[in-house]
Amino acid sequence: MAQVSLRKVIKAYEGGVQAVKGIDLEIADHEFVVLVGPSGCGKSTTLRMIAGLEEISGGDIAIGGTIVNDIPPRDRDIAMVFQNYALYPHMSVYDNMAFGLTLRKFPKAEIDKRVKEAARILDITPLLERKPKALSGGQRQRVAMGRAIVRDPKVFLFDEPLSNLDAKLRVQMRTEIKKVHQTVKTTTIYVTHDQVEAMTLADRVVVMNHGVIEQVGPPQELYHHPATKFVAGFIGSPAMNFIPARIEEASGALNVVMNNGTTLAVPEDRVARYRPHAGKQVLFGIRPEHLTDDKTMDKSNLAPLSLTPEVIEPMGMETLAHFRHEGTEITARLDPSTPAEVGKPLALIAHMNQMHIIDPTTDKVI
Amino acid sequence: MSATTIPVKQGIYHKAGSLRRERRWALWTAYLSLIVSAIIMLAPPVYMLLTSLKTSAEVADQSGSPWWVSSPTLENYWALLGNRMFIDFFLNSAKVTIAVVALTMVISVLAAFALGRMRFWGSQALATGVFLTYLVPDTLLFIPLYQIVGGLGLLDNAWGLVLVYPTLTVPFCTWIMIGYFASIPKELDEAALIDGANWMQMLWKIFIPVALPGIIAATIFAFTVSWAAFVYPTAFITSPAEMPMTIGVVSQLIRGDTFAWGQLMAGALLAALPPVVIYAFLMDYYIAGLTAGATKG
Repeated sequence: MAQVSLRKVIKAYEGGVQAVKGIDLEIADHEFVVLVGPSGCGKSTTLRMIAGLEEISGGDIAIGGTIVNDIPPRDRDIAMVFQNYALYPHMSVYDNMAFGLTLRKFPKAEIDKRVKEAARILDITPLLERKPKALSGGQRQRVAMGRAIVRDPKVFLFDEPLSNLDAKLRVQMRTEIKKVHQTVKTTTIYVTHDQVEAMTLADRVVVMNHGVIEQVGPPQELYHHPATKFVAGFIGSPAMNFIPARIEEASGALNVVMNNGTTLAVPEDRVARYRPHAGKQVLFGIRPEHLTDDKTMDKSNLAPLSLTPEVIEPMGMETLAHFRHEGTEITARLDPSTPAEVGKPLALIAHMNQMHIIDPTTDKVI
Repeated sequence: MSATTIPVKQGIYHKAGSLRRERRWALWTAYLSLIVSAIIMLAPPVYMLLTSLKTSAEVADQSGSPWWVSSPTLENYWALLGNRMFIDFFLNSAKVTIAVVALTMVISVLAAFALGRMRFWGSQALATGVFLTYLVPDTLLFIPLYQIVGGLGLLDNAWGLVLVYPTLTVPFCTWIMIGYFASIPKELDEAALIDGANWMQMLWKIFIPVALPGIIAATIFAFTVSWAAFVYPTAFITSPAEMPMTIGVVSQLIRGDTFAWGQLMAGALLAALPPVVIYAFLMDYYIAGLTAGATKG
């Protein structure tokens, strides 16, 4: 087990395209870190560079304090789980799991002990004699994890391991992966494009975009205190609303004024923070769950506004209402008992404690 | 109301009927063309079999139908099998073929793995180059090869053929194997690399077992080419002791303008036996090997 350090790591391809543009990241021992971002953001490339499957073009990668830039994958003491499982089709489940240990010349008894222990943890003991083609997707993914566990490596690397599974199995395997990590506690780096997977699994989430790290932090921190517009929009579902507005000062207090004149009072504890931006055009960011009907328990810093729904989506435990306001799509989360109708103005409450103000020139959250 | 429903029903039946008729047509055409081609393909070997069962006198007799054997006999076969020379031809063919197949498979599996999997500068161009050499016919190559084989002192020596046949077998087998290896997902090598395998272990423990159908297909090809080669042995071998089956049967059983037809046919059939047996046993692998990539994406 070990910590992993990335220092100014760059991946450049022929023709000068940079997939990863000098990222820094420190991953602690036992930590579960998820790299998340849209496709092409460089997260898989970063993982493959840690694995040694891609050469790095600049910077250093260290595993357990040793710089591994020029060390081949087999000597990095890592194990990797692939999206398409990559099981050896001609070997039984047992042999698949034992392969890495056999190559490393472990004694037979030790291999047997480790394979059986991993099979027990993953609940695949009855499948040990089967070939991969006789297994379901979920079972194959378990075997792929088993192959990683038996090696007892310093680091586990997961490359979108659940993307090939159906929705129900994905949720189940997600829990499974979390359980395994709680049992074996190996440092884990996990790549996904699914922000729900990132939020549920990670000790810390690394949000990447265009080859750079936008923000690193525990899931709750990213949710409540996004650093950039990209993180604010990427984390959370449905995505945060971004409404063009201005900050205006009126007799010592600050207001967020939307383009149609709707005025929302800024909470007192944020006045000092936003005052330098008074009079400027900003983006008013608010999550659908913080733009809601007036049935909330928390009554502090609520700002009323009225919008006319274009689409209503009853989800059962909640209702989503979609609005169009001066060319911007806005979503609100309503109590399912609220009588919302398309085309009929709806009284809403913005939880101003939860709002975010984004500087449109830098896309940074103020 | 009934007047309006009836035409609709007829419409449906008509449509279903036309589909069924089209399918029947397709089946008939398919069966007919298969039968015709089977007859065309099988007529020569059947004729050979019938002729090999006749005495020389019966072969020469023009009165009856040539497709009928009036007094079948195995004497042609016994004569051949009792002939030491024929046995030597067979052994020469077997010796050359086994050596060529072994040599070809070692070279082409290693070459295909390197060219298809190890991605180095120029590997694409090399792979195409290997295939292009296959397009040069042996009728063109045998003249320069004669010089080379002569220079090595291997003219009129069966081992010279072992050196020459791979010019036909290696390019094609390498090409088949590159295609087959390409159908194996790259994550499999990456998993093996991470599991601790080096390139040779990856080839030996992962690629060869997974690509076995392709390897068998390539083996059958190399076997067939080597067993049936005619141009090279005709050019390079002159003494009967070194001759393989293909030219031995022809050169020794035709004396001037005297054709021992019965023995010629018996010899040709016996020579065709090993490939037939191999194809019969390994047909499924052969087809799986040749169609790999077509279905695996």
